[in-house]
Amino acid sequence: MLTIDNLTNEIDGKAILKGLSLQINAGEIHAIMGPNGAGKSTLAYTLGGRPNYDVTGGTATFEGADLFGMDPHERAAAGLFLGFQYPVEIPGVSNLQFLRESLNSQRRARGEKELNGGEFIKLAKEKAGLLGLDMEMLKRPVNVGFSGGEKKRAEMVQMGILDPKLAILDETDSGLDIDALKTVGAGINAIMRKPDKAVLLITHYQRLLDYVKPDFVHVLAAGRIVKSGGPELALQLESEGYSEVIAA
Amino acid sequence: MTLLALPTRKDEAWRYSDLDALAAAWPVPAATRITVAEGESAHDHLLQDAADGTTAVYDYVIDIADNARFDFHLLNMGGKLGRVTFAVTLGKGSHFELNGAIIGGGEQTLEIITSVTHAQPDATSGQTVRSILGSHATGNYLGSINVARDAQRTDAFQSIKAMLLDRTATANAKPELEIYADDVKCAHGATVGELDKQALFYMASRGMDPATAKTLLLKAFVAGVFDDVAQDDLRERFEAAALAKLGTLV
Repeated sequence: MLTIDNLTNEIDGKAILKGLSLQINAGEIHAIMGPNGAGKSTLAYTLGGRPNYDVTGGTATFEGADLFGMDPHERAAAGLFLGFQYPVEIPGVSNLQFLRESLNSQRRARGEKELNGGEFIKLAKEKAGLLGLDMEMLKRPVNVGFSGGEKKRAEMVQMGILDPKLAILDETDSGLDIDALKTVGAGINAIMRKPDKAVLLITHYQRLLDYVKPDFVHVLAAGRIVKSGGPELALQLESEGYSEVIAA
Repeated sequence: MTLLALPTRKDEAWRYSDLDALAAAWPVPAATRITVAEGESAHDHLLQDAADGTTAVYDYVIDIADNARFDFHLLNMGGKLGRVTFAVTLGKGSHFELNGAIIGGGEQTLEIITSVTHAQPDATSGQTVRSILGSHATGNYLGSINVARDAQRTDAFQSIKAMLLDRTATANAKPELEIYADDVKCAHGATVGELDKQALFYMASRGMDPATAKTLLLKAFVAGVFDDVAQDDLRERFEAAALAKLGTLV
């Protein structure tokens, strides 16, 4: 589904990713772990196409297409979803408005029929229910006044509604208490644990992986994947720390 | 405000205007006079949608008698020069409310000029203006609030915000207070900004094409200006006109 080959990039002239390669197939859940400053969020933003995250070398192929040849909104329409570590607040635009415009933009781009108001509300109710988010919250402006946990739940509702092929989730577990972590984990499984979908989880901690079991775990350090393995690698990281595992 | 001679840039109220466009249309029509009788409530509106390249100047002279109220809704978006002025005099305990939007592109100059005089005590006034300017457009708000010596307990505000879609667009905002009473509340705020880049990327990451995302943010920015238009059809006409104009800018 996604093939990243020897990716290098820079932000404001500073090299962050230094030759990162990764293969994600349909039906797989991958976790990327790594110390602060390793380039985890940079990888997520670069794949999402954030301005100023300049690709200086390497390729990324998503469903057979050149990912870096697409604008951010085209990547979304192609089936990429980027879960933000810090979801952005948009005063004056309700979640429902935001999501309906997003979904219908994607559907237009794919040549599909747009959803009308009724169809969309039905879909939104279903996905909000899955994440235990009150519909009233979706009537409020995007992320404005939401707690850290509510923002992450709302992100997962967005993911449920937009129904991507590949979700890149950047520290979706940060700011969540144990109950919210369970709910969000269950939401990720319900929405994305399917043979035709894939997930790239970016996280510091093992705890999210207790709820969303990865098939592969990678350690990112200094802009490169230095070690890959199965779920046991996450447990090893948790007990030994990054520096031990990276040095080994 | 009837002027006999063509104004010059030295005249403060014309400092940022388009005097060539004005000269082409000189002399401008006489001011519209509006009087709201004691204890009455009235409202009026203007959707200034003059044809491209033309000049549209509207002057309103408004007297609001004791304990009366006047509401005005304005969308100023047409013409090479679109200029709307208000000279308001408030009686005791009266209220004036202006909700205005400027939406301009190309080489347009669009202006709202107000002079609100609190001549008597206990009057209140509110002015909310939102401007969206693209390309080489200029949007001006010059607003003076004048509080007479006896006009105690005056409560007035000016909330002026401009959004520039291009670095080549210009917004001028000049709230001005002249206060001779000593028990007065006058609040004024003026900001000029650009669309939030973080929000635009967030919206793009969810699949919104740039035009859709910008339009949604701009709709949110002007939201509120027409919210309290009492007649539904009129409010819808304002909103549709604003949206159509935004469509030409993003």
